[in-house]
Parts: sequence; structure tokens; C-alpha cells
Amino acid sequence: MKKYTLIASRDTFESKEAERYFDLAADLKRAGNEVTVFLVQNGVLCARQGPGSARLSKLAEAGVDVLADSFSLRERGIVSGRIATGVRSAKLDTIVDHMAEGRKVLWN
Amino acid sequence: MADKKTLTFSIMDAPYENARTVTALRLIDIAAKRGYNVHVFAYEGAVALPFAKQAAHPNAVHGHDVDEEDHPLPKEWIASIMKTAESKGGKVDWINCGLCVDERGVAEAIDGTRRGTPADLWKCAEGSDGTLIIGAK
Repeated sequence: MKKYTLIASRDTFESKEAERYFDLAADLKRAGNEVTVFLVQNGVLCARQGPGSARLSKLAEAGVDVLADSFSLRERGIVSGRIATGVRSAKLDTIVDHMAEGRKVLWN
Repeated sequence: MADKKTLTFSIMDAPYENARTVTALRLIDIAAKRGYNVHVFAYEGAVALPFAKQAAHPNAVHGHDVDEEDHPLPKEWIASIMKTAESKGGKVDWINCGLCVDERGVAEAIDGTRRGTPADLWKCAEGSDGTLIIGAK
């Protein structure tokens, strides 16, 4: 089992690639890997409860750890009560933790 | 230091153009505060981030002079991160892609930076616990 952290910096309404990136996360999880999706910058817009967040909740149900940068959330006025089920607020330090641990860390 | 880590970051966005720069510098700052050794390979527009001739300016629209405007300069952020790393027992090794520097005429970089090639990125990544490539798109 390998460990992956996928940093998602774009909103799914902004780019189709953002959706495909979540497909990659799902595929990596199905293949038996440990996967974290870390939302940052406009990527946290997907974390708002609504049509765009269903995908993230499904990823979380499948066992993907879905995190959203607390700073990016604050910048965009997204309060904890508005965050979709399965998504947790986290500090950016998490990415540095994962890099130091030797995980494969990707950016999109 | 038993848990001393080495991380490599590669960035390519020019100053003032994208939030990726701020996020990258936030990540590098976190690693510096932990006393990690950090390699940064800057290419394309990112080689202008530590350009020494960046200058703060007044804001005539808001009626601010240079001091009041307090315009942020990436070269100062980078110098500050380097200082933090040093104070914590780590080091930020900032490598600017030489060809990218020459193309843009930004050879005068702040102290602590050096010229390199993409081969340096490969070497840094090989010797690191983790690597993150932040492309521009």
C-alpha cells in the first residue's frame, strides 16, 4: 500500500480537471492505497455544502481523508457549519507532515 | 537532530500573479520553522521572486506614500524565511534556473540564492524525504 496526498487548488466549477483529479483519488483508493485529498485556495469552494460537494462526501465515504486548508476557508468566509459532510478543516502543516513522511504528494 | 528532514519544492509562478506563490511560500515557511533543510527550485517566472531590485512604491490612488503603502515584496518574504530556517538550525537552498534568469534579466538576486539547472532539481529530489512540484496552469 502506498500513501498519496493530492492537493486540489481549483474549484470543480472552474475546471473539469479538478473533477478528474477527484477521480484519480477514488481510483488510488480503490487500488488499496491510503489517500488524502487536501483542498487549498479555490479548491476549498468545493467543500461548501451543495451540488459541488457531493463528490467529496462520496470520497470520504470511500475512505479518502478529505481535508480543507483552514486559512483558505477563512479567506473565503466559509465557516465550519457550511462545510460538507466528510470534509474536515486542517492546517497547511499537514502537507509538510506528509512530505516529511515520504508520501507521494501531488499538486493540481 | 534525529528527525531532521529535507524537503524539495519546485515552483514556477511569477511574483504577484497567482495564489500558488503564497501557498508555496507558506509551505516553505512551515518547513523552515521546523528546522528542516529545504531546497527550492524556481523556474520560469518564479526566478523573479528573489530579484533584488524589487522596490516598494507609493499608492497615489489611496494617497499613501511608500511607508504607508507598505507594499509587500517577495524578496523580503524569502529573506525572512531563510533567516527563520537558519535560526531553527535548518537551511533554505534557493536555486534559480539559470536560463530562466537570463531570459528575464533578473540575475541580481538576494543573498542565499544560486543559479542552477533542472538537473539540480533531480539531485535535490533524490536526496529529499519529500518533493512537491507546483506547476503553473
